[in-house]
Amino acid sequence: MMPVQVEVNRREFLKAGATGGAAFIMGFYLPLRSRGQESQPLQTNTFAPNAWVRITPDNQITVLVEKPEMGQGQRTTEVMLLAEELEVDFSTIHIEQAPTIPDIYKSLATGGSGGTGAGWSTVRKAGAQARQMFVRAAAEQWSVDKKDCRAENGAVMHTPTGRRFTYGELVETASRLPEISADAVTLKEPKDFRFIGKPMPRVDTPSKVDGSAEFGIDVRAPKMLYAVIARCPYFGGKLSSFDANATKNTPGVRAVFPVPPLGFLDICGYGGRNLNTAGGVAVVAESTWPAIQGRNALKLNWDKGLGGSETTESLRSSLEQQATAPPTFIAVDRGDTSKALDNAAKKIETTYELPFAAHATMEPMNTTAHVRENEIEIWSPTQWANVIQDEIATLSGLSKNKVIVHMTLSGGSFGRRAQWDYAAEAWQVAREVRKPVQLLWTREDDIQHDFYREYSYHRLAGSLDPQGGIVAWSHRIVSTSIRPVFDSPESLKDPGNSAEVGGADPPYSCPNVRVDYAPVRSVVPRAWWRSVVSSFTAFAVECFIDELAHAAGKDAYEFRMGLLREGGKIAGGQTLDRRKFRGVLQLAAEKAGWGKPLPPGWGRGIACHFSFGSYIAHVAEVSVEKEGAVRVRRVVSGVDCGTAVNPDGVRAMAEGAINFALTPVLGGEISIKDGAVEQSNFHDYQVLRINQSPEIEVHIVPSNEPPGGMGEPGVPPLAPAVANAVFAATGVRVRRLPIDRRVLNKISNG
Amino acid sequence: MGRMNLVVNGKSHEIDVAPETPLLWVLRDTLGLTGTKFGCGMGLCGACTVHLESDAVRACQTPVGSVGSKKITTIEGLSPDRSHPVQKAWIAEQVPQCGYCQSGQIMQAAAFLAKHPRPTREEIDQVMSGNICRCGTYHRIRRAIQRAAGEAA
Repeated sequence: MMPVQVEVNRREFLKAGATGGAAFIMGFYLPLRSRGQESQPLQTNTFAPNAWVRITPDNQITVLVEKPEMGQGQRTTEVMLLAEELEVDFSTIHIEQAPTIPDIYKSLATGGSGGTGAGWSTVRKAGAQARQMFVRAAAEQWSVDKKDCRAENGAVMHTPTGRRFTYGELVETASRLPEISADAVTLKEPKDFRFIGKPMPRVDTPSKVDGSAEFGIDVRAPKMLYAVIARCPYFGGKLSSFDANATKNTPGVRAVFPVPPLGFLDICGYGGRNLNTAGGVAVVAESTWPAIQGRNALKLNWDKGLGGSETTESLRSSLEQQATAPPTFIAVDRGDTSKALDNAAKKIETTYELPFAAHATMEPMNTTAHVRENEIEIWSPTQWANVIQDEIATLSGLSKNKVIVHMTLSGGSFGRRAQWDYAAEAWQVAREVRKPVQLLWTREDDIQHDFYREYSYHRLAGSLDPQGGIVAWSHRIVSTSIRPVFDSPESLKDPGNSAEVGGADPPYSCPNVRVDYAPVRSVVPRAWWRSVVSSFTAFAVECFIDELAHAAGKDAYEFRMGLLREGGKIAGGQTLDRRKFRGVLQLAAEKAGWGKPLPPGWGRGIACHFSFGSYIAHVAEVSVEKEGAVRVRRVVSGVDCGTAVNPDGVRAMAEGAINFALTPVLGGEISIKDGAVEQSNFHDYQVLRINQSPEIEVHIVPSNEPPGGMGEPGVPPLAPAVANAVFAATGVRVRRLPIDRRVLNKISNG
Repeated sequence: MGRMNLVVNGKSHEIDVAPETPLLWVLRDTLGLTGTKFGCGMGLCGACTVHLESDAVRACQTPVGSVGSKKITTIEGLSPDRSHPVQKAWIAEQVPQCGYCQSGQIMQAAAFLAKHPRPTREEIDQVMSGNICRCGTYHRIRRAIQRAAGEAA
């Protein structure tokens, strides 16, 4: 790490960026070089038609990727989009993470499965802009009409004469040309795509099979120190006293000091900021192990605070109460649902419960920070670099341009790294030690101080007409609400509050629908967990439609298809296309062999859901073994995500989402006692392992529409598909996740 | 503290650390070999898997003082150019997503295949069940191990 070099390069970058014009020349911003490599020299003859592409005379093409790479394949997608329009070989492109300069890069974050969708327009236009400027440069040098020139494989050809300039040879001319507006460029037609729509190998795979990929935890700087924090385990509690004598005597320990909680959300979780650090005692050492040893040697006394009596049982009791209390808001109210239910010939009522779930990314939270005179440098595996910059600037009182943030590779995120608590803690530690310091969370810290998927409870009622059509559908959602963690208490009354009820408006034909919401207060931090609210609303909707199908005496697949008959768009919280629901259901059912016989004790279940721009249906095959153990044998998916930019990436995301979604179905539950999490590591928070993972087939509906998201949409329909398969195998409905094998065992035995 | 000699990836290193220090932290913090990852510190996730001679071991549960003259191989030393059959299979099957657990997965698979060149699916599931992947690449890990077994045979 060469801080001075960073400063110089950053200044060059900003200066160049501020000059504007057609081809501002950007200095090479120092990328993360944690192993003491020299920073790259400033290249003054670089063609940079926009913020994303740089081309040098030796034909080196560099893409600056704004968005984080957390495993979702963002870098590969952006390179594909750029190479497509720039007309260069996919494999020749060099990748750098764009610097955290929000004035230039507006999108230094990802979330809501939006990465590919965001790049679909901007990155392609950036490539097309560069291509058109090279064509114009070549035409000028040859003094020919640019209509006779074409871009091909990193060069411009003059078609009538066969003359050729590589892009590198055109750098100087192109740099002098007036700018072509990115909005004025012509993008390629889908029929001409060379890369988009073809399965491409990921650009980061080689570095991820030889150990060279550098994650946040791999940042190393000269004279760096290592730190851990003993955090208050009780949400809303605080440190009352500590004895660090033994810690100070631990060899290798350099410093021990208390760190206060930062912006802990209000005890009831309303109107707080979501910085939410627990506070505690920091131990700084020469390396990680003595820091952990030093922490173990601390004697700590905590004040449990106002949340000290909260337990999973107390929360469940509040959730049940709120299931019949007046709603905070009504999200959907079509027809007259209560009248229709009162007059129902056949009425079905049920509840579902989904407890807290943790993200448990494989790379635990960490951040390296260096607080210098009037400047702070941060290296963080984050999903949201510009917010870290904002927050550290606010906390430190420095201006934003004095907070340099490097967004490193992330070892998984699933929504966890959209929080910046761990970066704020690293700053708290670094300002005490004034040396580069890496704050590492151990797995215990990670399991006990997550922002969890909220605890939710669902009460549904529905009625059927004699022909088996749905007459009424009522759904009360109760949860430890998510939005007031980030917003004002009034936000909870907003009927457009999709953060609490998104995905709950059923896509199925029904004249009377009501969806309403009531919150439960909790001290447990909660936030975005892969697919967020859809991860539980889809469970309720898709399990309940299955119950209605059964009550109507119909096949679960045929019943759904029959209620998705109208072809056009339907309104609800979102505008959905029923033809696409039918498309993915049909694809998954056909490929899975829906209706074909299975061995005794096996069952097949189906579910579909729309979220983050994509429609997905899963068919799950399960077997219920001795003592009620559920084995998920096979999952077949039908996906309509618009244009599948990288079909292998789409498949990888769906496969990953299926396995991720299985954890809270088969094992992992976060439970609360005394206002603290009871679990601490992978022995008691049991995440899915390979011997529990199914065979997976992902089938994609061909489409030329703009790309929808794929990071999250595979999660919501998985849990209900499995629960419905368990019912098919055993006749027992899953009312609570994770599936309790004792329930299946007891019922199957008698 | 204690001075000792450690042979990692064919190179000898003289180090001065407490002998009870887990090998994981010596590799990462003392020797700068960060390809071996920390995941749980309890031997539950396999992210820190390295080879001690020909055995796959969890570096977080291996006190450095217990290593002695045994040769350690980390992901950085598995091959000089990603040419180990397991690495080739991992690339061919496009296994990694975030990639964080994959050093451990690859080291576990490589040690396993060296001793069991033609494993069944059940054997693969059994031996790989100590290695967690939160991105859920299990399905491709299984295929990559089968591919590596096929190519090595």
